Amino acid sequence: MNSVLASRRTAVLLVGPALLVYTAITLVPIAWSFGYTFFSGGLIQGFTFSGLKNFQQFLTDPNAWNAIAFTLRYAVIVSVGQVVIGYLLALLYIFFLRRASGLVRTVVFFPVVLPTVAVSLLFQRMFQLTPQPGPVNALVHVFGGQGVDFLGHADSAFWVLIVMDIWRSMGFYAVLLFAGLVDIPDELIESARLDGAGGWSLVRRIVLPLSVPVLLSSIIFSINGTLKVFDSVVALTNGGPGNATTPLTLYMFQTAFAYGDYGYGSTIALMLTILCLIVTVFIFRGSRRDLTKG
Amino acid sequence: MTAVTDEFERAASMKRTSLDSVRAASRFLRRLPMNIVIVLLLVIEIYPLVWIFLGSFKTQSEFLNDPFWTLPSKWDVSNYISAFTTGNLGQYILNSVLTVFPALFLTLALGVAAAFALEILVWKGRGTILLLFLAGVMVPGQMVLLPLFSIYFNLQLTGTLWPLIITYTASGLPLTVFMIATYFRAVPRELFEAATLDGATLLRQFWSIGVPIVRNAIFTVGLVQFFFLWNDLLIALTFTSSENLRTIQVGLLNFTGQYGAIQYGPLFAAICVSIFGTLVLYLFLNQRVMKGLAAGSVKG
Repeated sequence: MNSVLASRRTAVLLVGPALLVYTAITLVPIAWSFGYTFFSGGLIQGFTFSGLKNFQQFLTDPNAWNAIAFTLRYAVIVSVGQVVIGYLLALLYIFFLRRASGLVRTVVFFPVVLPTVAVSLLFQRMFQLTPQPGPVNALVHVFGGQGVDFLGHADSAFWVLIVMDIWRSMGFYAVLLFAGLVDIPDELIESARLDGAGGWSLVRRIVLPLSVPVLLSSIIFSINGTLKVFDSVVALTNGGPGNATTPLTLYMFQTAFAYGDYGYGSTIALMLTILCLIVTVFIFRGSRRDLTKG
Repeated sequence: MTAVTDEFERAASMKRTSLDSVRAASRFLRRLPMNIVIVLLLVIEIYPLVWIFLGSFKTQSEFLNDPFWTLPSKWDVSNYISAFTTGNLGQYILNSVLTVFPALFLTLALGVAAAFALEILVWKGRGTILLLFLAGVMVPGQMVLLPLFSIYFNLQLTGTLWPLIITYTASGLPLTVFMIATYFRAVPRELFEAATLDGATLLRQFWSIGVPIVRNAIFTVGLVQFFFLWNDLLIALTFTSSENLRTIQVGLLNFTGQYGAIQYGPLFAAICVSIFGTLVLYLFLNQRVMKGLAAGSVKG
């Protein structure tokens, strides 16, 4: 502790401004938002104390349960899709393209940086039926199907959303998992090859077990991101048709800003935060058990 | 005698080359399915962009009457002009620039200073504060929006760009502190200890040694934060109360509303402007962007 780098005064001077902004704009609002959950009302009509009424309402609100169900279904499917396809791409980069993988990696990654709104509008047009069938409906025609109004039906709208978000992010997870695979020592793979392991069995017995840690962190990042999905839903379907594609984030946004109910909106936001925490802890726990078993 | 061996060798080498070409052909066939997969992959990634780019030159009647794969009849930029005049795209881009860049500068300035204090300096409680910043990465934005709305409303900041700048600055801090602190961790402490013995104050060390040594990292983190802020919809949607405050994302979301009926040409042009702006940045800095975003993946 008796270091020449010990100076409380300098530390406070350097960390102070950031901490001040962070406290005022993030920490205090989090506590404040928690306080809102015990009130009903909003900015315009004023707040009245209502105890646990918001939580009771949440438990009996069919829309809230629909939103939870949608959020979980979306998060699980997209996370599995992102990580599995990302892992397959990473294997492709390492074992098939090898040194030539740079260009493909760069191209597959680029949708990550594109604005979600623009991508959503692009996908609306790709999947359109009118005024002229878009590329996807044209493909449906080629294979002898009838044109589909993809975003007009709950089921197909859900899958368009899934396809779009996997398209956007698979390159990101490919690069993340690629970095994990590169770290596996070459000698290990070479010696496995000499022992007669090749192709699929090499992947299953050597590569896959060694990439468990990086796969696990990918899943945690992915679940954490997908539970908070907002931009792509708002821009692609705006929760519709009806409220078929409304996640918790959007339901909270509508409750607070369309209906002006801050108390209930904050309750939904709190539930979302708790959901994120539970899922992360759950995955950590599950993984630890598996590691001791293997 | 020599002629015979020459003949023999020629025959052998011919056999060898034909064997080689057979081997090459079989190798080609073996790799063919995967190569098709790769070509398909590239088409899936690139075709939508080509399509939207071509569409941005089409007229409304071409959109209504011609199938999607037809090329535009002439290369006419009137859709782009319409997107900027009637569609108000220029104003939206300006708003984005006016909010994102000040916020980016503030986030980096505050974040780098905090990261230096939390990682290099030795003081009681630094672990706790670093954890406090880390927690902010996890919490969804919805958790802070409503109180912030009340705060800005009471401070009478609604109707200006300040709510966006302030919120962006704070929202970028956790990840900036976390990432820059990681870079500082790799810097040998002896560097700073030696500078102390040479008589430099800690504040001066921050400025003359700390900042230059993580200069590259600051650029990378800035790039990552730029994409997060530029592409943000949630915060922008919450705090842009009037039309002339809209950022490019909110503007694009409400774009068709500017026209009444959907005008496909200007819409495609506006999507193009939005996409190709970030794409150009990516074209020049892709390795750095990929590395930076992967390092910032905790944000999910």
